[in-house]
Amino acid sequence: MASVITRVKQKQIVQIIAKGKRLDGRGLMDYREIKVEQGIIERAEGSARVLLGRTEVLVGTKIEIGQPFPDTPNEGVLTVNTELVPLASSTFEPGPPDENSIEIARVVDRGIRESKAIDLEKLCIEPGKKVFVVFVDVYVLNHDGNLIDASALATLAALLNTKMSNYEIKEGEVKIKPGHTPLPIRRHPITVTFAKINDKLVVDPWLEEEQVMDARLSMAIDDDGNICAMQKGGSGYFAPEQILEVAKIAREKAEELHKKLEL
Amino acid sequence: MSQKPEKLIDKKGLRLDGRKPDELRPIKIEVGVLSNADGSAYIEQGKNKILAAVFGPKEMHPKHLALPDRMVLRCRYHMAPFSVQERKSPAPSRREIELSKVIRESLEPSVFIEYYPRTGIDIFIEVLQADGSTRCASITAASVAMADAGIPMRDLVVACSAGKVDDTIVIDLMDTEDKQGSADVPVALMPNQNAITLLQMDGILTSEEFEKALNLTLEGCRKIYTMQKEALKAKYVSVKEVEE
Amino acid sequence: MPTSFERRQLVVPGDLIAEGEYIAGENAYAEGNKIYASRIGMVEYENKRVNVVALRAFYIPRVGDMVIGTIVEVGFNGWIVNINAPYEALLRASDVLSRPFKPQKDELSQVLEIGDLVVAKIVAYDRAHNPQLAVDEPGLGKITRGQIVKITPTKIPRVIGRKGSMISMIKQETGCQIILGLNGVILITGKNLEDEELAIMAIHKVEEESHTSGLTDRVAQMLKEEKAKREEIKNESET
Repeated sequence: MASVITRVKQKQIVQIIAKGKRLDGRGLMDYREIKVEQGIIERAEGSARVLLGRTEVLVGTKIEIGQPFPDTPNEGVLTVNTELVPLASSTFEPGPPDENSIEIARVVDRGIRESKAIDLEKLCIEPGKKVFVVFVDVYVLNHDGNLIDASALATLAALLNTKMSNYEIKEGEVKIKPGHTPLPIRRHPITVTFAKINDKLVVDPWLEEEQVMDARLSMAIDDDGNICAMQKGGSGYFAPEQILEVAKIAREKAEELHKKLEL
Repeated sequence: MSQKPEKLIDKKGLRLDGRKPDELRPIKIEVGVLSNADGSAYIEQGKNKILAAVFGPKEMHPKHLALPDRMVLRCRYHMAPFSVQERKSPAPSRREIELSKVIRESLEPSVFIEYYPRTGIDIFIEVLQADGSTRCASITAASVAMADAGIPMRDLVVACSAGKVDDTIVIDLMDTEDKQGSADVPVALMPNQNAITLLQMDGILTSEEFEKALNLTLEGCRKIYTMQKEALKAKYVSVKEVEE
Repeated sequence: MPTSFERRQLVVPGDLIAEGEYIAGENAYAEGNKIYASRIGMVEYENKRVNVVALRAFYIPRVGDMVIGTIVEVGFNGWIVNINAPYEALLRASDVLSRPFKPQKDELSQVLEIGDLVVAKIVAYDRAHNPQLAVDEPGLGKITRGQIVKITPTKIPRVIGRKGSMISMIKQETGCQIILGLNGVILITGKNLEDEELAIMAIHKVEEESHTSGLTDRVAQMLKEEKAKREEIKNESET
């Protein structure tokens, strides 16, 4: 997923990180500027747009009525899909989701699902037969690094913006009534991604740092500081101590972002 | 559809299959089981039955996927339709695609990829029967298969999982424990370098619980590493003992 | 200076062989002052150089090596040859025909077609280019008879034996002509199929037991016993 980065740039990035700073002026543990907008796609039941530096992700949610999974007959269904839209990067090709797109979708899904962010039982209409299905579609519009955090954040914001139609059951049929209810969200997981560059850890890698990094590690943290998802990516490795350090800093950053974004 | 057990750990602290929380399932590794592959290995871990095969290094086809200064690894993790309780469609699922990626990324750090530019190796993993932590057993077998193929490596890669069931941190999750437990942490390790090449978590853990689980997997990995080495040596030692 | 493995001990990738003032040789690598194995094989010490004689490895082309390969493609100015290595080799038409040639595909396939076997020499090879072959020496060129056996390339020296002792013994006992490609491909040409089969048996035995001692004698013994068996069967069927 990378185009060639010049050796000169590679060296610059590595050298400046060794000195505790980054090429764009940030500290090693600083996020880029984050902008969150909600409710921009009226046709969707919920939507949000996140700008993380120049990475841009748009998430739209749609709600339909469907069948529950057989082993959870009283719960609604959540499904997350990610599109790495070709216009977002010269490295994205049109076609069905590739391994990168699938990985992002599944990591975002894990954070939401394992933290029990959505009260899925409240989405049950008729146990075993009818439930609300929440479709989350993550649309990456510009790739400038750290698609996981941007996607997870946009997903959370979109879910918080999502409204379900009110309904009643008449003669075994689901009838839509006027009015809306917000999607029942009880937890606010935040995903924090780190890159390892020459044995140093940095938070929120941008595209060129990603092209230079050995590996990345993402952790989803819930409101109480519990870890609810983890994913190492890239073909490098981490030492056990580095992983524990990442866990510690991830919890600090998640709390910071909670407060800052009021999510 | 099977009944869901009430408790995963009984009053004596034993798990559904009688294991203690820090006990691995029985493991058997065989090397060089496929005559057409350049390297192969078969692993049984509990009820898991997994075959790994390696082809290469050979020139990459299609050529545009080759890299001018290094070898490319391709990995396909796939489950047979009859490997699980409810028949699984043979078409690659999103889970299999994600696992193919993370498994490849766990094995790549061990290979001297700079030695053979413009070439590729294909790693095929077929899960014939699944019972939890298949990605870990797959990595353990695939690394052995790569050694069998003569791919130059820094170290073998070994993998092990840990998780939380009924408030206890346990090692090497079976399928029931994975599905009904509250966390699953698969980890892959290159023991010499103490380098973790795969780390995922599905579930919810406090940071203390995570640290405990991580340490448990590292212990398990080192035990399984000894078994990998024994399996590789077993092929050659028997002949040597007869003659000398 | 400690060594964890002694001479002729079996190591696997990642095994720590020695620590201290050693250099990493074949199939071994250094990290700091520690030498580790990178392939399965037997440890050999050459003064301070730690080598691992690989039991499982593929052929890496070397300039000057004589190899046996199969034509897999006929191109416009040459042929592409499979030499049992990670890279395909090129045999240029100008190196085969003793005259300047005109680039017409048909002409080339009349000289060598897909599926033909050739004995050739590697004349060029580097990291950026595929190996190049030539057949301009006596003994090189297209193979028309005989059987091909493939073994792990690292075992070829064992098949040759010390000062050629193993290979001369096999040739003598079986009456076959044997050409050893350094890429692990061996050509056996005998007076009849049975003789060729004997030679193949001997070579497989060497490959399987290459890491043991006293092998030349055991292989000679096996060949004598096999020949005796065949004589018996022949005599029985004639009476």
